Amino acid sequence: MRSVCLYFQVHQPYRLRTYRFFNIGQDHYYYDDYQNRHIIRRVAEKCYLPANRMMLQLINEFGKAFKVSYSISGTALDQFEQYVPEVIDSFRMLAATGCVEFISETEYHSLACLGNEQEFIRQVETHRKRIEKLFSQTPQTFRNSELIYSDSIGETIGNLGFHTMLTEGAKHVLGWKSPNYIYCNNLNPKLRVLLRNFRLSDDMSFRFSEKKWSEWPLTAEKFVGWLNAMDPHEEVVNLFMDYETIGEHQWKESGIFDFFYHLPSALFSNSNFTFSTPEELYNRLQPMAAISVPYAISWADEERDLTAWKGNELQSEALSKLYSLSDAITKCNDPVILRDWGYLQSSNHFYYMSTKWFSAGEVHKHFNPYNSPYDAFINYMNTISDFSIRVEDCLNAISSVAEKTVKKPALKAKKEAKPKAAAKVQKEAKPKPAAKEKKEAKPKPVAKEKKEAKPKPAVKEKKEAKPKPVAKVLKEAKPKAAAKVKKEAKPKAAKKVKKEAKPKPAAKVKKPAKTASAPKKAKQ
Amino acid sequence: MKVLMFGWEFPPHITGGLGTACFGLTKGLAKHGVEVVFVVPKSFGDESQEGFRLINASDIELDFTQTLTREFREKISYMEVGSNLVPYLDPEEFEKWYSEEVVKKKPEIHSVYTRKYQFSGKYGANLMEEVSRYALVALSIAGQVDYDIIHAHDWLTYAAGIAAKKISGKPLVVHVHATEFDRSGENVNQVVYDIERNGMEEADRVITVSNFTRQIVIERYGIPAEKVFTVHNAVEPVDKPEQEDVTKHVREKIVTFLGRVTYQKGPDYFVEAAHKVLQRDPNVRFVMAGSGDLLNRMIRRVAQLKIGTRFHFTGFLAGAEVDHMFAMSDVYVMPSVSEPFGISPLEAMRTNVPVVISKQSGVAEVLQHALKVDFWDIDALADAIYGILHYDGLRKMFARYGKSEVDNLLWENAAIKVLDIYNNATGHNK
Repeated sequence: MRSVCLYFQVHQPYRLRTYRFFNIGQDHYYYDDYQNRHIIRRVAEKCYLPANRMMLQLINEFGKAFKVSYSISGTALDQFEQYVPEVIDSFRMLAATGCVEFISETEYHSLACLGNEQEFIRQVETHRKRIEKLFSQTPQTFRNSELIYSDSIGETIGNLGFHTMLTEGAKHVLGWKSPNYIYCNNLNPKLRVLLRNFRLSDDMSFRFSEKKWSEWPLTAEKFVGWLNAMDPHEEVVNLFMDYETIGEHQWKESGIFDFFYHLPSALFSNSNFTFSTPEELYNRLQPMAAISVPYAISWADEERDLTAWKGNELQSEALSKLYSLSDAITKCNDPVILRDWGYLQSSNHFYYMSTKWFSAGEVHKHFNPYNSPYDAFINYMNTISDFSIRVEDCLNAISSVAEKTVKKPALKAKKEAKPKAAAKVQKEAKPKPAAKEKKEAKPKPVAKEKKEAKPKPAVKEKKEAKPKPVAKVLKEAKPKAAAKVKKEAKPKAAKKVKKEAKPKPAAKVKKPAKTASAPKKAKQ
Repeated sequence: MKVLMFGWEFPPHITGGLGTACFGLTKGLAKHGVEVVFVVPKSFGDESQEGFRLINASDIELDFTQTLTREFREKISYMEVGSNLVPYLDPEEFEKWYSEEVVKKKPEIHSVYTRKYQFSGKYGANLMEEVSRYALVALSIAGQVDYDIIHAHDWLTYAAGIAAKKISGKPLVVHVHATEFDRSGENVNQVVYDIERNGMEEADRVITVSNFTRQIVIERYGIPAEKVFTVHNAVEPVDKPEQEDVTKHVREKIVTFLGRVTYQKGPDYFVEAAHKVLQRDPNVRFVMAGSGDLLNRMIRRVAQLKIGTRFHFTGFLAGAEVDHMFAMSDVYVMPSVSEPFGISPLEAMRTNVPVVISKQSGVAEVLQHALKVDFWDIDALADAIYGILHYDGLRKMFARYGKSEVDNLLWENAAIKVLDIYNNATGHNK
C-alpha cells in the first residue's frame, strides 16, 4: 500500500504598521491592525473556512480513508482568536474526526533555530502544548518554519521526542535519491524525515492556474495518472504546501476546490494509493537510509536555502539585533513584551527584506506589503529599537524591585563603596563564575530536568496561576516601586543586584508568564 | 542608419543634464554603427569628436532664397510670440533682431543674400528668438546632409526637427527630457507648452526619459500612447579614481541636497525633514548646495526652525566642488516634486553615497538600491534619512550594490532601444 501524505501549512504573521523613528520610545504598539484583520478575514473567507468544509465533507464521504495534516502557527491562531474564531472551531471539527493530524512548529513561525537554540526549543514546546490543548492530540511530527532543516536542527527536534520532521526534498541534498521514501536524521536515527516532492506539490501550489503550463488544466485524474507512473517501489508521495493554495493563491475560479474535491475518489478508484498522515507513516514504514544535510535547507526559491531570510546585510543585521536580546528576554516577565518578542520573530519580517526579488520573483513580491526591502528594513529596525528600550527598562525595573525587597544591606554597602569599587567588583566577579555555572548546569542536567520535571508542573502552574495574577502582580509591583528605586539607587547598584538576586525569583515568575497565553487577553 | 540629431547643449559647456544625455546617447548609438550628424547651436571648439560629425551651427550658411524657407516660416509662425525680444537693444543685438524681422516680416524679398547667424549658445532672455533662428539653420543643414531619420532633443529643438522633416520627408523622433509641467508645476508657460505639444504631435515617435514623463506626455499633451516610448537615461562610466583624500572637518554625519533651489527640486521638504531628524538626533549636519529662487525662503525657514547651527548653505557648486561635496556626504537626498529623470543620485551612488529619492522621479524607475519616498511625505523622508544614518545594514548594502547598479546603466543599452524605435519608424526592420 502506497501513500499520499497531504500536509498543509497555515500561517499568517502579525504585519507591522508603519513605525517611524520618532515613534521610538513613545509608542509601543507595532501592528497594523487594519491590514492584519483585513487579510485574515479575507483568507478565512476565501480559503480556510470553505477548504475546511470541503475536507470535512471528504472525510465524511470516504469513511476515514481520507486523511490530511495541518500545522497552524501560533500567530495565525492568535489572529483567528482575535478576528475569526470560527476558523478555530472548524479546525476542531476536523480534529474530532480522527482523520487529521496536527503538526507542531515554532509558535511564531520564527527563525529561532538560526538565532538561539533555547528560544527555539521554548517556542516548539509552547506550540506543542497549545496544539495539544486546542485539538486534544499531542503533536508527534514537527515542521520548522519554511521547512528549514539541517542535521543538527533535526537532532534537536529528535531529542525533544518528536517522531518525524518534515522538510524539502531538495535536489542538492538528495542527489540520485528519491524523495518518495522515508529517511532518518543523520545524527539521531530515531527521527524520521519526510521529504516534500516539490515537483508534484508545486504543480498544485504554483502552476495550477498557469495557462502557459503545458499540463494546464490539471485534473485529479491526470494527477493520479502521474502517481501511477511512478516507480512502484516508491512508498510515499509527500505533498506539502501552504493551505492558502486552496482559494487564495489559486483562486476558486481556477477550479482548485474541484481538483481537491475529486482527488480522493480518483485516487481510490484508479490507483493503489491511499492517504496517510506522517504519524501513520511512522508507525507503518521503516526508513530507507539516513539523509545527510550538513547545511540548512528550506522550501524557498530555486536554491532551497536560507537566502530568502538571511541572504543580505539587512537581514543579518536585523536578525542579529533581534537575537542579541535573547538573554535579556529570559529575565523579563512582562507578558506584553514577551508577546512582542514572539511576533517580531516571524520569518516574514525578514523575507520582506530580501533583495532576491529584484531579479527573480513575483512570488516574493506577491507576499510583500513593502515597496522595497529597504523600507521593510528601516521599519523593522525602528520597531526593534523601541522594543529593545522596553526590554532594558523592564530589566531595570525588575532588578530594582529585587533590590528593594531582597537586599537592603547590600544596597547600603554599595552606596558607600560607590562608583569605581563597584565597577571593579562587577568586572571581576562576573565573567568566570557565570560562564562556569552555565557550562556546568546547562547541557545535560537541563535536558534531563526538562523532560522529567518541566512539562507537568509547569502546565499545572500555568493553568492555576496564569493570565491575571501574573499580570496583576507585574502591574502592581513594577512601575512605581521600580521607578522610585531606580532614582535612588541608579544603574550600577541595580546591575549588581540583578546578577546576584535574579536567578531564583526571576526564574520563578518567568516560566508561567512566558508560556501563559496572557497575550491573548492583552489583545482583546 | 543615419541620424540627423538636433541638440542644444554639448559637453563640456552644459547647464543641465540635457547636454550630458545627448552626448551619452550619441556615443551609445555610434557603438551600434549608427551615424549621427549632431547639430548644436554653438560650438566652443573643444567638444570631443568620437564617431560622429559635429557641425557648428554658427558656421552654417543660410540661403534665404530657397523657396521652402517661406513655407517653413509659415509653419512656424507661432514662434512670433516674441515676448523674449528684449525692448532695449544695443546696436549689435538690434542687428540680429533686425535680420530676424526681415526673415519674419518680409519673406517676399528675394534679394540674394546669404549670411551667417551668430548663436549665443546659452539660454537667455531671447531664447524664443534663438529657437526660431535655430530652426532656420536646421532647414539649411537638412537640405545638405543625407540621413534616414531626424532626432530632436527637448522643446528647444523641436522646431528645427519639424523643419527638417518638412524639407526631407524623413520621420521625426522627438526626445522629451523634461516638460513644462516639471519646470513650472501647474503654472505653465503657454508658449512653451504649445511648442512642446506641436513638436510631439508632428513627431512620428516620441521618446521619454521615464514612464513618469511618458504619462505626462500622454495625459497632459494628449499624445497617443502607442507612439510614445520610454528610454531611460544612462550614465557615462567615470574612469577617474575616487578622491580618497577628501577630509571631512566635522564629526557629524552629513546629509546633502544638491541641485537648483527651485520649486521643482522640492528643497522645502528637505528642510522640514531635517528638522524632524534633528529633533531626535542633533548629531547630524544638513547641507543645501545650490542656488535658485527659493533659496532665501529656505534660509528664512531654517532660521525659523532654529536649526541654523546644523543646517548649512553652500551656494552654487560646480565641478570639483560637487565631487568634494559627494565625498563628504553620508546621505544624498533628492526630494524632487517632478523630475523627468534626475541624474544626480546616480553620481552620488557612484561615490558610494546612499541616496533617498522621490518617487516622482524617473530615476526611481531604474534604481533598486535606493530609498524611495513620496516627495510630500516628510515623515517618510525623515525616516529614510534616519534609517541610513543609524542602521548599518543599509550603508553596507548600498556600498555593495549601489555603484555596480549605476555602472550597469549603460548608454549603449539605451541606444539599442532608440535604434529599435528608429527602425520601427523608418520601416527598416533589422
